[in-house]
Amino acid sequence: MSSSLKPLWVALAGALVAVAAGAQTMVVTGIGRPATPKEIAAWDIDVRPDFKGLPKGSGSVAKGMDLWEAKCAACHGVFGEANEVFSPLVGGTTKDDVKSGRVARLTDAAFPGRTTLMKVATVSTLWDYIYRAMPWNAPKSLKPDEVYALTAYLLNLGHVLPDDYVLSDANIAQVQQRMPNRLGMTTQHGLWPGRTMGNGGTPDVRAVACMSNCATEPTVASYLPDHARNAHGNLAEQNRMVGAQHGADTTRAPGATGAAAPTAPAPQAAGSASTQALARRLNCLTCHGLDSKVVGPGLREVATKYAGRGDAADYLAKKILSGGSGVWGSVPMPPQSIPAADANALAQWIAHGAKP
Amino acid sequence: MNEASPPSGRVVKAPESFLSREGIRAVFAEGRKGRRDFIRSAFAAAVAGAAAPAAMGQSNPVPVEGGDPNILELPAHSTGLGQGVATDGYGKPSKYESNVQRRQSPGLTQTTQSSVSFAPLQSLFGIITPSGLHFERHHQGWWDVDPSKHRLMVNGSDPKLLKTPMVFTMDELMRLPMVSRFHFIECGANTGMEWGNVAVPTVQYSHGMISCSEFTGVPLKVVLDLCGVDYKKARYVLGEGADGSSMTRTIPMEMVESGEVLLAYGQNGEMLRPENGYPLRLVVPGVQGVSWVKYLRRIEVGDKPWATKDEAIHYIDLMPDGKHRQYSSIQECKSVVTTPSGGQVLLDKGFYNISGLAWSGRGKVTKVDVSVDGGRSWRPARLENPVLSKCLTRFNLDWVWDGRPALVQSRATDETGYVQPTFRQLRAVRGTRSIYHNNAIQTWLVQDSGEVKNVQLS
Repeated sequence: MSSSLKPLWVALAGALVAVAAGAQTMVVTGIGRPATPKEIAAWDIDVRPDFKGLPKGSGSVAKGMDLWEAKCAACHGVFGEANEVFSPLVGGTTKDDVKSGRVARLTDAAFPGRTTLMKVATVSTLWDYIYRAMPWNAPKSLKPDEVYALTAYLLNLGHVLPDDYVLSDANIAQVQQRMPNRLGMTTQHGLWPGRTMGNGGTPDVRAVACMSNCATEPTVASYLPDHARNAHGNLAEQNRMVGAQHGADTTRAPGATGAAAPTAPAPQAAGSASTQALARRLNCLTCHGLDSKVVGPGLREVATKYAGRGDAADYLAKKILSGGSGVWGSVPMPPQSIPAADANALAQWIAHGAKP
Repeated sequence: MNEASPPSGRVVKAPESFLSREGIRAVFAEGRKGRRDFIRSAFAAAVAGAAAPAAMGQSNPVPVEGGDPNILELPAHSTGLGQGVATDGYGKPSKYESNVQRRQSPGLTQTTQSSVSFAPLQSLFGIITPSGLHFERHHQGWWDVDPSKHRLMVNGSDPKLLKTPMVFTMDELMRLPMVSRFHFIECGANTGMEWGNVAVPTVQYSHGMISCSEFTGVPLKVVLDLCGVDYKKARYVLGEGADGSSMTRTIPMEMVESGEVLLAYGQNGEMLRPENGYPLRLVVPGVQGVSWVKYLRRIEVGDKPWATKDEAIHYIDLMPDGKHRQYSSIQECKSVVTTPSGGQVLLDKGFYNISGLAWSGRGKVTKVDVSVDGGRSWRPARLENPVLSKCLTRFNLDWVWDGRPALVQSRATDETGYVQPTFRQLRAVRGTRSIYHNNAIQTWLVQDSGEVKNVQLS
């Protein structure tokens, strides 16, 4: 601690803390210093349901639409409907829900999936999260006015706010009263480990430890079908090669296996494995599957398309560095600011079939 | 099949054919040479085989040559010079252990940065998860944070809730009174894929979002005391991470006041691993993993909960009436048999050790019962020491498998008297769509082929 801060400790005399250390009691001094207002402003970004912490500002649905298409649509879909990378944000809510504050479809077990707008009860949650963590690859880059605009657009997509709405710190409390699932939460359960919420910790399920002649559930009601046997990879390679049990060789039909032989780990080509790791680290695989499209084309689809081209690797390296659009669809691939050596390694690897 | 590997197939021989034709020939050949002791020992073994046929080591038969080449032919490591000290400054597991890996569940997530990897419970012993096999859950990718630049800030939702908002360096936090405690951490969504039906083949994927470590750090209470927190008014605490997601979760002040919530930097004798929040994370014993905020940069004390994204959109439990349970946090008493378990094959009939893990977010495990008949009858398992509060407990039980199909289950009871429920009991209250907090009894079907399958009963 710098000596210039010492006078502060005089003011902090009341903050001295006694801690029990064995039989003795000692006093903790000289550890930590007061946070400055500037530091607190830089980090204290949370917004509570009562809007404590909400910065002043405003943003329109129209502005939000422009921002959405530039920064959000690639992962969340133009209408918030995407299910390719993340769960859909919008859908499943109705005008009646906006009136009642309960999303009716949450009681419909047949309704597929649950969107963010079906679940979230508090508009502050959307604002707080967009501000702290979005966009996914550049969190905390949005200004408060942009967050107002994006929140407005998201709620507009869900028919909670009209097209001409301008959301602001002044009217956000009214918007809270339109949230489709605003009355859909309960804290009446036993899983909160404190006394200020919940039912005091009482479990909802009461079982008894019967020891003999117990009532059973005698039917095997659910198991993985044989065709899914290898869906998680060869289980023989997911168990130790010695032990009381070995892993089942799921590349073979059930019954054909008998006891599995000790299975050594699958050999990996070190070169390609490390390039795949590089692709993972540089977030290529966020938008590109190995085999199939996620947002952009699957890397092996790319390899197939350019298989006849002698300069495929050079071409792909340039594409990685400069970006492009229109070849595989309308969603552009942004230019990647990565070292040229990495781009070349990735391009070579992709051109040769992105082998694991 | 790897032909070079030692034999371990299901070779089940009747006692009378304990010696093969070649073996008999070998015995008599030895006998002709006057090796009476050889014959005596060979038949002594055959008699022992007759007394206990199923328990004999048929998976390890005496080879034709009259001895195991792994014994008869001395290997290089018995006849050569080995490697020197510090060949590897940070030692790694044997190369033969490389099947033991944490893994993603195929198709569960579209990205690796917002995803989960599961700990290989089927291959672990005891209660401690090796740090490199600890399950991972990242919401926006992991980082290796420079500890000399990492800071912890403590402030209040309202300035009046504490005397002084403060900032601490790692150097300072590591000077404070240090405690070390063993605790499990379980994701609230562990076993979540199995609410409606069987979805995954092995215990790694069904239960692998749990790990257990010795954590070292300073009780959060010590730091809040330094800041002069007003405990009468500030009944909630927010933890916030320094990573892109800046994860935030609300925890109750009661848990901080009890001294059990830690600002942890140590894990199993070394610093936290980057994937587990290096250099600083919250430890909130008994509470689901999402509250154990990694890369912890800030603690805020408040008079109301925050309804953050991971307590208002995710980590909320849908009930059959269409309402979501919010701020559900405690991981209730649960157990699972880890060997034998799904995707494994029993090598033969005979003796086995059933082994598994039990835990409770409400305290100590007091009892684990094991059934091999689908829950009709139960036997108490041995609990291995240590049995600690909000920590994994290892249990074991002797079992002789008769070669017939068996339904293996475990059922834990904790010190509050709570008994782990069946799927039927759990679904009767919560339905099948709540995703989180599935602590139902797990069933493994040992088929007559020896292969073990993940099944659910009804």
